[in-house]
Amino acid sequence: MSGGTYYVPEQSKLPIFASFGLFLTVFGAANWMNGNSSGPWLFFAGGLTFAAVLWNWFSIVISENMAGLNSPQLKRSYVIGMGWFIFSEVMFFAAFFGALFYIRALALPWLAGEGDGVDNALLWPGFANEWPLMTTPDMAANGENAIQKGPEAAMSWPGFGGLFSWLPFWNTVVLLTSSVTVHFAHTAIKNNNRKQFNIMLGVTVLLGFIFLFLQAEEYIHAYHELGLTLQSGIYGTTFFMLTGFHGAHVTMGTIMLLVMWLRSVLKGHFKPDDNFGFEAASWYWHFVDVVWVGLFFVVYVFG
Amino acid sequence: MAHGPAKGITRWLYTTNHKDIGSMYLWFSFAMFFLGGIFALVIRAELFQPGLQIVEPNFFNQMTTMHGLVMVFGAVMPAFVGLANWMIPMQIGAPDMALPRMNNWSFWILPFAFAMLSSTLFMDGGAPNFGWTFYAPLSTTYAPPSVTFFIFAIHIMGASSIMGAINIIATIVNMRAPGMTYMKMPLFVWTWLITAFLLIAVMPVLAGVVTMMLMDIHFGTSFFDAAGGGDPVLFQHVFWFFGHPEVYIMILPAFGIVSAIIPTFARKPLFGYASMVYATAAIAFLSFVVWAHHMFTVGLPIAGELFFMWATMLIAVPTGVKVFNWVATMFKGAMTFETPMLFSIAFVILFTIGGFSGLMLAIAPADFQYHDTYFVVAHFHYVLVPGAIFSITAGVYYWLPKWCGNMYNETMGKLHFWLAFIGLNVTFFPMHFSGLAGMPRRIPDYNMMFADWNMISSVGAFLFGAAQVLFLYNVIATIIGGKKATDEVWENPEGLEWTVPSPAPYHTFETPPEYK
Ligand code: HEM
Ligand SMILES: [Cu+2]
Repeated sequence: MSGGTYYVPEQSKLPIFASFGLFLTVFGAANWMNGNSSGPWLFFAGGLTFAAVLWNWFSIVISENMAGLNSPQLKRSYVIGMGWFIFSEVMFFAAFFGALFYIRALALPWLAGEGDGVDNALLWPGFANEWPLMTTPDMAANGENAIQKGPEAAMSWPGFGGLFSWLPFWNTVVLLTSSVTVHFAHTAIKNNNRKQFNIMLGVTVLLGFIFLFLQAEEYIHAYHELGLTLQSGIYGTTFFMLTGFHGAHVTMGTIMLLVMWLRSVLKGHFKPDDNFGFEAASWYWHFVDVVWVGLFFVVYVFG
Repeated sequence: MAHGPAKGITRWLYTTNHKDIGSMYLWFSFAMFFLGGIFALVIRAELFQPGLQIVEPNFFNQMTTMHGLVMVFGAVMPAFVGLANWMIPMQIGAPDMALPRMNNWSFWILPFAFAMLSSTLFMDGGAPNFGWTFYAPLSTTYAPPSVTFFIFAIHIMGASSIMGAINIIATIVNMRAPGMTYMKMPLFVWTWLITAFLLIAVMPVLAGVVTMMLMDIHFGTSFFDAAGGGDPVLFQHVFWFFGHPEVYIMILPAFGIVSAIIPTFARKPLFGYASMVYATAAIAFLSFVVWAHHMFTVGLPIAGELFFMWATMLIAVPTGVKVFNWVATMFKGAMTFETPMLFSIAFVILFTIGGFSGLMLAIAPADFQYHDTYFVVAHFHYVLVPGAIFSITAGVYYWLPKWCGNMYNETMGKLHFWLAFIGLNVTFFPMHFSGLAGMPRRIPDYNMMFADWNMISSVGAFLFGAAQVLFLYNVIATIIGGKKATDEVWENPEGLEWTVPSPAPYHTFETPPEYK
């Protein structure tokens, strides 16, 4: 340790292997998408390397903390780092929310001929603006010969009458509840109530899995019964990209919380005054929840 | 902890030391600068005369694309991160960056990302050929297959930038020496703090837009396809929401460097420190609301044209404050003109020219004439070459003696400056004229009437390129040997970095200094 207060770690092999794993993953993905047979192999080899490095990395960070190497100042660095990481995720979602807003508020009306721009009646005769977009410009102009087709049905608000049989509603209930339980878990660990912590965190993880299960159900329903796919014009595009990225983040968050739960149950990690590993995961979870609330209104209720 | 660096190659592969990582960033950037420079010289060689002489049009397009991408993401950004790594801990009295392992991860992603990007040159269908702004549908429906590799390269270099920026914010917020309040921080630290914020805010948006492309290309979505209800113009909005803050990411740290150098050689404290801080923040804020000035000709509603025109012009106000302060710092100073100062003065003058052409472009009705002509090329090269590149060069000359303990060769430094200064003006000034006369950008062949200006530009470009070889030689010669530098290096320079020995020991400020 370097004399003073701040722990500057020794040399480490983690970063270069993490870079290599990351590179192999994306290089494999690109090859895969371009139809090279080596693609999937490279992709999975890279993904495994990357996961293994991250596993090691976190173990080392945890053992350093247990060994008392982390000063309060260093811990603050982790807190700041996590906060700004979440902000970067906010901006990633902002790009997709922004795209949806632009499409609905500007692009579609213009495509339908509104505004003082070019009259699109020449390009897409008969196209009318609607949301959810069931009839794409291609369908309006080319009828049966259209390549870009809209969905057969959409995921819209069923009215208050149908609320309780509406899956997105239950998804919202599940996620909001999980935000509360993870908060209780946090209070429990601060009060040194290990049992309560394990229960509440366990319930949160369970709710995460339930959400993912329901989301998968919804996708199956959309693909098989509604004719709503990723390729269903801009409605399908925005619907699946927004909910899909959210779902991917829920998956990440659930894994993070599950690891925290296992650490607590199996190893007795986390102390009333030292539990940032868990707290970071819980921040992430709250963030994922907030995104969902946005999605619930923008994609479902007013979708 | 062992007190010297480790031996052999593993020193660099496994390091957690901010100085090692800073050096690697700087060398990587230098290498990319030459690679991007070679691409530029291919372009200028082809444009030396009208007609097609040297390369195929498609290859020409690959050159303009790769030149822009390599220079922006490979040369300028990593150079500033390298300077941040070296200087921020030393300027705030910290032992290292806040998260040293993540720091090395941020760096090592880059060689992989650029190896992947460069490998596209050898792929079937060639490298990306749709311009560094990769507008859809050129970059989606009509793109070569290598676009997928380009997309993933952008993804991972974006991850690298975000991690680098998080590290810089954590360092500045958390690791300042006792007594160094925010309003006592050197301006280089301030400008980097704000730049890091911009990076975290917009790199994810860039990731978003390339993800949309990827989905359109491989998974049948219709973000940028009007047939499915999408819109190619959506691409431009998302891209420029990233793109305009990005140009400030490439200039704010430059402001910081110049604000460090000018006071040293004018032997006066910086004029208007507080206003410099506020101006930087104002520029950063405004940079989020001007993006559509790149899109005046795509068919925005009139209200949009007006809003983005006026918002863009507003940026000239804080920018003007900065230029005023630099000039006022020099006013009645006891000036000497060592190489870093020469580059900094050229920065102030030539960056201002770039700002003025920017103002001309900001006038929406006038931009209909200038857009996509060489006038735009002249504008952004005036802000980027004597702006970003000159400030980096100035910073390297200014701090190199502190890094390696030796003085660089002043005569050669001055020669480098004058060759670069003349070369760049000969290259880019005529582009204003060819642009105003209507020469479109990104074409391998052109009308006879533009022949003279193009020939001059090409001559200037090769001169500028040659000057940089001199720079490389000077830097290497300084690292190997040369006159020993004193600890202060310059006469009474401001800042904690000058209180440590030259060369700076491997670990500095292991116990934080008291800053008054
Ligand atoms: C006073 C400040 C500035 C103003 C008013 C301004 C304005 C503009 C405008 C209106 C355009 C679009 C021109 C067109 O495509 O028709 C433009 C392009 C550009 N500007 Fe600036 N600018 C300013 C400063 C800067 C700075 C500081 C940088 C970078 C360091 C920069 C980099 C660029 C680049 C790279 C482009 C061209 C992008 C492309 O199409 O490839 N500008 N600028
Ligand atoms: Cu701009």
